[in-house]
Amino acid sequence: MKVIVLVSIFKKGEIVMKLEIKNAVCGYGLNTVVDGISVKVESGEILCLLGPNGVGKTTFFKTILGFLKLISGEITLNDENIQKFSKKNLAKAIGYVPQAHTPSFPYKVLDVVVMGRTAHLGMFSSPSKRDVKIAEEALETLDVSFLKDRIYTEISGGERQMVLIARALTQQAEILVMDEPTSNLDFGNQVKVLAQINKLAKMGLGIIMTSHFPDHAFLCSTKVALLQNNNVFTVGSVEQVVTEENLKAAYGVNVKIISSINRQGKTIKSCVPLIN
Amino acid sequence: MEIQKNGVKINIDKDNLKTSKKNKEKRVPYIISSLILILIITILISFTIGRYTISLPQLLTVFWGKIFGLSPSWPQTIETVLFNVRIPRILVAIMVGAALSSAGATYQGLFKNPMVSPDILGASAGAGFGAAVAILMSFSNVGIEIMAFSFSLAAVLISYMVSRVISRSNSAVMILVLTGMVVSQLFSSFTSITKYVADPESKLPAITFWLMGGLSAITSSQVIVLLIPLTIAIVPLFLLRYKINVLSFGEEEAQAMGIDTGRIRLIFILCATLLTAASVSVSGMIGWVGLIIPHIARMIVGPNYKVLLPTSLLIGGIFMLVVDNIARCIFVTEIPLGILTSIIGAPFFLYLLLKGRKGWI
Repeated sequence: MKVIVLVSIFKKGEIVMKLEIKNAVCGYGLNTVVDGISVKVESGEILCLLGPNGVGKTTFFKTILGFLKLISGEITLNDENIQKFSKKNLAKAIGYVPQAHTPSFPYKVLDVVVMGRTAHLGMFSSPSKRDVKIAEEALETLDVSFLKDRIYTEISGGERQMVLIARALTQQAEILVMDEPTSNLDFGNQVKVLAQINKLAKMGLGIIMTSHFPDHAFLCSTKVALLQNNNVFTVGSVEQVVTEENLKAAYGVNVKIISSINRQGKTIKSCVPLIN
Repeated sequence: MEIQKNGVKINIDKDNLKTSKKNKEKRVPYIISSLILILIITILISFTIGRYTISLPQLLTVFWGKIFGLSPSWPQTIETVLFNVRIPRILVAIMVGAALSSAGATYQGLFKNPMVSPDILGASAGAGFGAAVAILMSFSNVGIEIMAFSFSLAAVLISYMVSRVISRSNSAVMILVLTGMVVSQLFSSFTSITKYVADPESKLPAITFWLMGGLSAITSSQVIVLLIPLTIAIVPLFLLRYKINVLSFGEEEAQAMGIDTGRIRLIFILCATLLTAASVSVSGMIGWVGLIIPHIARMIVGPNYKVLLPTSLLIGGIFMLVVDNIARCIFVTEIPLGILTSIIGAPFFLYLLLKGRKGWI
């Protein structure tokens, strides 16, 4: 079953997607929030955006998604400038997983997930049986098929987050931008979502996620962009960026990074704040 | 508990048995067909009732005769009442009900709020003012309709333009609601001014009665006049209705799913406004229908606009026809339609809410 799922969702096969942000200046109107950041995300990579509140993580990813106009610089997908993409084509390339919220109307979970197919529908069409099938497969991939016929407004926050990820999968975009995918989730659900994110990256998606927890970088990132106040960015691999000095500079807190070995013999790291 | 049968996984657990929504989906074609059936039956009954009663056999004889061009074996009065008075009125009632309900359903999706009515952008208030001015200046019935229609469109145009000036895309919807409120209030005040300066013997009652709504002056020409803007507006709305689902999740999510939100919102506002303006200019101010009919439709078929829009349309047509029948038959003098829709609609809606069906069962 899982093999069939892989092939049907990722028809593009072995193509590697490369999202490149070159010297991007992001902001609102005349207000520059992020000045000249450069980072690359490829298929299979997870970029974690860390940084204190208000530093510009949200501004940055909203610019990538096209909600805000890029003030200067370039964002390319496989060397094509995405500023020129139509909304539809951009949606086919980059998917958005917002924080789970309560919508106004009680849609069925399956209907919510099928809405991800909108980018692939004609002007006057509604989803076909094939679109519904893709949606069902997305739910299957995330192990939440049991939610299919439930009402979206009646399920828990963690389940809603999974549904939103399924919706982005249904969009068949190669890059996913996730806005704090674990916020408002209990510990167990946080871990489950992070595990799914790892799984999606292994399946070939490129993922950009914002987070408030440096630990998430250790758990599932390959790259980190640490945004600090005064327009300082540190971009690189997890080892390079998530260091005690950098975290102190960014968040103003003392931390200790500890290593341990998991059951498979792999080194796992964690970030422990030093209070008092 | 999972069973695998012919490669299809069937989930059986207590949750799914209780909330078996899959079966509800198969209901939809039956619901639409039953609604159409109810509409037809209501139309037939509406033909027969009124100050001049026509029995069902008489009715069928007249239709049969008209279709096959037979020489009339029925009194001329039946024919006049039927074709010049009743049929136009019935058709207009259905069209107005359907139009207002569709417009209401569209606005509710657009503004992500089930408490929205088609008056939200000022269409009704504008129409009221246009009609009041026209009555004040002694225009003909046609003139009154044209003025009402024009000012209705103008009011929404003002709301839209002002909101565009104020906001960029993010809070566009909220700003639109606010400018709509302002414009509605403004035009309501202007209407009050016209009432104030109107001659209390003739003009003021005319204005007041127009504002209360009614279909007593409907002629057959108005059926065509109403049909044109309604068809122009309902066709794009129908074709694009799936997109309203996506829009109802918010501006950013809709854009991220590939929709050009600014453009499509404009189309929806244009269509819904045309529906509202055309209906209100013919029937006067009829509130409440655009608000509760989509709610009732949502309780029956759910919030998916693919089925919600046609269902709202049908239920709206039936509802308005029934209410108009009551308006013209229950007492000797006709009761204004706007009053009836509120008196009947509000308690009925309250009853539905109290039964605990707040949403889609």
